[in-house]
Amino acid sequence: MRHHRWFTPWVLVAPAAVWLFMFSVWPSINTVVLAFTDAKPLGGGHFTGLANFRRVLDDDQLVDALVNSIVFMLVCLPLLTVLPLLIAILVEKKLPGITFFRTAFYTPVVASAVVVALIWGWLLDDRGLVNGFAQWLGWVSGPVPFLTDRWLLLFSAISLTVWKGLGYYMIIYLSALGNVRRELHEAAAVDGAGPVRRFLSVTVPGVRNTMLLVSVLVSVSALRVFSELYVLSNGTGGPGGRDMSLVMLIQLYSRGFTGHLGYASALSLVLLAVTIGPMLALLRLNRKAA
Amino acid sequence: MLAITVSPFLWQLSTSLKSLQEDIYTGTPGLLPSRPTLSNYAEVAETIPVWSYAVNSLIVAAIVVAGNAAGATAAGFALAKLRFRGAKLLLGLFLATLVLPGEVTIVSQYVTVRSLGLADTLLGVALPGAIGMLNVLLMRTAFQAIPPEMDEAAIIDGATTWQRLRHIGLPNVRGMLSVVTIFAFIGAWDDFLWPLIVLTDPDNYTLTVGLQYLNGTFSANPRLIAAGTMISFLPIVIVFAALQRFFFKGVEEGAIKG
Repeated sequence: MRHHRWFTPWVLVAPAAVWLFMFSVWPSINTVVLAFTDAKPLGGGHFTGLANFRRVLDDDQLVDALVNSIVFMLVCLPLLTVLPLLIAILVEKKLPGITFFRTAFYTPVVASAVVVALIWGWLLDDRGLVNGFAQWLGWVSGPVPFLTDRWLLLFSAISLTVWKGLGYYMIIYLSALGNVRRELHEAAAVDGAGPVRRFLSVTVPGVRNTMLLVSVLVSVSALRVFSELYVLSNGTGGPGGRDMSLVMLIQLYSRGFTGHLGYASALSLVLLAVTIGPMLALLRLNRKAA
Repeated sequence: MLAITVSPFLWQLSTSLKSLQEDIYTGTPGLLPSRPTLSNYAEVAETIPVWSYAVNSLIVAAIVVAGNAAGATAAGFALAKLRFRGAKLLLGLFLATLVLPGEVTIVSQYVTVRSLGLADTLLGVALPGAIGMLNVLLMRTAFQAIPPEMDEAAIIDGATTWQRLRHIGLPNVRGMLSVVTIFAFIGAWDDFLWPLIVLTDPDNYTLTVGLQYLNGTFSANPRLIAAGTMISFLPIVIVFAALQRFFFKGVEEGAIKG
């Protein structure tokens, strides 16, 4: 039985449907179309067949970007799956001040990546706090090139990503920890299990699905990294542009007179190819959780 | 542990308050400025139009918040509570967009915005995010949680669709609606990549793009960068601190947003 005029649902859903088609469905199709053209940021665009894809296969910067993304993911994955869980366990016990701790750990999450990268850029600067302190202690004789060495820059970006992500994943773990039954911990304690043993045999199995969810979230966001590397390298992509991420390359080709939207679209399809696996896993995990 | 999270922000705040006379490059600088001054904030405003960047960010965030509050609520309600042809297909499409990271379509989004004549405008920055597909789905879930008996009773009493949305729907989804709007605000305020692509004229920049511009072009004085960072950071922290109760509820409900 319908209790409304036939057009009422359409009026309500129309704006969202227009947005869906204009800013999701059509751009998806158009990304594929553009990938076969030589479109420029200032107009134009002719069909060029597979030229962009041939260029993809022969792009040294893309190889660097993929290597960077994989390193980024491999380092972030264990750190951001395990550390936030440990912090969540610590914070969970301090019940009186929990709001304060939650808020403190979450502040880096609400701050923009640009703000966080500028703060870290100053900390890790040649004349910044970290280098100044290390030299004052006599650990190093000259400044450590955190922001100007190809690998150190990548690892600096990774450490700020981990720092920024701790609070976000901690909150996800906190809600999962609430569901681990207290009796299990007590029973294990009675049986003589120490804290480490209880963590491995009670907590970890209890939050296993959440750990899976977090690891997928971490992988996807590592593959999508942009602002942290961009700001730390001041837009240059590090020495010789070797610290570009995939998204930085896409951005690089979307701008200005030297831009190439067709090639940027082909790179977008590469990004889709590397993220689709984790994204599908994410959707399934969320369905299960819902 | 807490020190690791909070101290970088405090260090930046402290740097932004240090005067030019104070040496900020020593191995053992003071955490507290010896003679705190706001002059860096005044100077950063002379270097880049930082206040108009803040207004630009605010305009973008306002459009995004308003669009999501209205558009996602209306569509979420229709998808959850009304029956119409094509609803299933539409829902499937909304869901399908979730597997696409935004960065994959960002180039063709730019082409769309450019063909609308909105390249290098704030409206062009705000428009694509003004109704988020995830937000539509979150609102739909919230409306679905309302027991159908309430609707049936209202229909028997002769309530119109509008009255059902207004008097049964909205009061019951306030929690999710606040979550959606807070996330929309923070997402828009913090966004960097999209405004960086859309905006080319430095006069139109939003705060994040403007800060990177400051950093890239006038990076000689870390005190200025620090002051600029604080101008971008403090409003969001205040919003966050004031609304954090809703916030954490939202993180628990919408983990996929990452």
